[in-house]
Amino acid sequence: MSLIRAEWTKFRSVRGWLIATTVGALLIVLFGWLTATGSRSSYQEGPGQPEIIGHPPVPTGPGGEAVKDQFTFAHRTLNGDGTITAHLSPLTASTEGPDGDPRDNDVPAWAKAGLIIKADTTQGSTYAAIMVTGAHGVRMQHNFTEDIAGPTGARWLRLTRSGKTITGYASADGTTWAKIGEVQLSGLPADAQAGLFATSPATATVTQHLGGGGMSTGGRSTATATFDSIATEGVWAGAAWQATSVGDPMDGSTPAVQQSGSTVTVSGSGDIAPDVAGAGVGIERVLIGTFAAATVVAVLGVLFITTEYRRGMIRTTLAARPRRGRVLAAKAVVIGGVAFVAGALGALVTLPVSLSILRENGNYIYHASTATQARIVLGTAAVLAVTAVLALAIGTIVRRSAVAVATVVLLVVLPYLLASAAVLPAGPSQWLLRLTPAAGMAIQQTALEYAQVDFAYSPAFGFFPLSPWGGFAVLCAYAVAALGLAAWLLRRRDA
Amino acid sequence: MTRVLHAEWTKLRTVGGPVGLLIGAIVLTVALGWLAASAAGCPPGGCVIDAAKTSLTGVLLGQAVVAVLAVVVVAGEYGDGTIRATLTAVPRRGAVLAAKAVTLTGPVLLAGLVAVAGSLAVGRAVLPGRGFALDLTDAATLRAGAGSVLYLALVALLALGVATVVRNAAGGIGIVLGMLYLFPVLTEVVTDPRWERRLRQIAPSTAGQAVQTTLGVDTLPIGPWQGLGVLALWAAGALLAGWLVLRLRDA
Repeated sequence: MSLIRAEWTKFRSVRGWLIATTVGALLIVLFGWLTATGSRSSYQEGPGQPEIIGHPPVPTGPGGEAVKDQFTFAHRTLNGDGTITAHLSPLTASTEGPDGDPRDNDVPAWAKAGLIIKADTTQGSTYAAIMVTGAHGVRMQHNFTEDIAGPTGARWLRLTRSGKTITGYASADGTTWAKIGEVQLSGLPADAQAGLFATSPATATVTQHLGGGGMSTGGRSTATATFDSIATEGVWAGAAWQATSVGDPMDGSTPAVQQSGSTVTVSGSGDIAPDVAGAGVGIERVLIGTFAAATVVAVLGVLFITTEYRRGMIRTTLAARPRRGRVLAAKAVVIGGVAFVAGALGALVTLPVSLSILRENGNYIYHASTATQARIVLGTAAVLAVTAVLALAIGTIVRRSAVAVATVVLLVVLPYLLASAAVLPAGPSQWLLRLTPAAGMAIQQTALEYAQVDFAYSPAFGFFPLSPWGGFAVLCAYAVAALGLAAWLLRRRDA
Repeated sequence: MTRVLHAEWTKLRTVGGPVGLLIGAIVLTVALGWLAASAAGCPPGGCVIDAAKTSLTGVLLGQAVVAVLAVVVVAGEYGDGTIRATLTAVPRRGAVLAAKAVTLTGPVLLAGLVAVAGSLAVGRAVLPGRGFALDLTDAATLRAGAGSVLYLALVALLALGVATVVRNAAGGIGIVLGMLYLFPVLTEVVTDPRWERRLRQIAPSTAGQAVQTTLGVDTLPIGPWQGLGVLALWAAGALLAGWLVLRLRDA
């Protein structure tokens, strides 16, 4: 304990270091302000209309997350409990290029059609659905983010409501049924809309300009499914299926639902899924100044040990405390603690200030729960603390300030830059963010990958290959390894 | 002035660090260039790649080593007190800084030439296997290569100026690397196109690297040579500040 106090006294008595620590925290705030001020969103309600600062309305799901909710819905009101069963013909589709030109009739892998029960026909309302997909077999999905896999060959679907519980079944022959999933929809009213649906996500063509960022362009696709042998149980209003284009994906141009006798044909385009590639801003974006602060704490971490060598202080320090490993540990605690506090304060100030500027500039900000926000603030502080310890260790190993600082900056900042600025293609970029200390920045990420949405989940679009804590563990592993080597060398070498 | 130059050259030549750093700059530049060239590839949607710029990706790494060298040349003297002997022997402080700049620029230009030539040769050898071509006789490619050599020399001068101002190796390299790497990181997250353009025009690294571009030159926020000019202004500003500090402050 007295060791830690001794090291803390050394740190706080150098005025330049205290100033630098403050500058590090302020750089987070400054970069956050620059990011927020330099990000503006505007849109037009139609060609020739004036530009409005803001963003088109973004539907949100029951969890608050941004969602895509566009599909063609042939529905009737189901009062209370009930069941619907139907048989589907194979899906057909037509896809268009970015300019609306007809392209081919390949069925997109996540084109989907089947049975759905939904609170109402507004976008983002709670739902559960059982469906046949283009290439992923039968799925049961609910509330946009949840997805349960079913068998691949089944063509018969059944959806049952009992109170708040929705159960999905699938069958290959219409006689033996397999339960796919049972989910709870807490917000489902007694009068719900239930029926048949079809939709198909836009095809994405990712073009990457190396050194100039990535671009994703796509064209609309439309999926068509024919339902027959439709059977209902329970209290259903009316006799005919009512057609609604939820989110108006068809522009009202084509009749999306056709009934002839006992068969119903539904065509739709869009998706019912989380909006992973939308135009919104993740809250972590305003914390890009973490890299600036990391550069500052790298300098401080290195100086904390190399200054002792330069002034010969290290001999006094080690004469007073012959257990050298403990001296290094005390230094790590002090420099890590200082960096942690500076990072936490910087992030705490930056988040509310920059997010409010972003909002004023018309940007849509993706929902982040309180737990996520806490993880981002503490994660920023933790990344800086570990970076400072890494710098201390590398400073002890190489003893030359300039080389040590450059090594830390090249390990922490450059890989992120190479990966996120699309200097390298997606594959090598992902490996950089798995294997270098830059992986630690994953702790700030809020964008989630969803298996049920096809997208180029690459660093150029803000997706880290590792989970938040997995990436942080990589950074920690570097710091621990470097600290171990530093302690070993400190014991072996003369000071 | 010749004797001052000679003195600085002797200092640079006789300590172990500089030679090792110059070799390190060459090796790291070519190595990252090789990595980038052999990783070059397109997603299924197709892509456009700037073969010369891809081959010269390693300059992003080599610039840091060159900056370390420049910082060490100045801060090293402050670290061990040699600066007082130097300034006693040569009281004209501007001459000392000028001599340091000249003796640093020569070896950096040479190392830069080797690094850039090596990177382009590697690109020429590797890229065809990835389905791209790099024509070394193309005027734009030659401009990218020559510009990259000058870019490295200007980064060294920028670092020399900054280190003369802050007199501290760790702080100096921190500031220089911050200038080189943090602007591009900020450019990545700013979404307003006007802001992005402005940042690319004023940042020492992104403006300077415009000289490496051989594709879509007319869509660049700043022309290749103008961009290198922006970096030259930064370097000149840093050297001027260094000269003022050197004149006005005690060593």
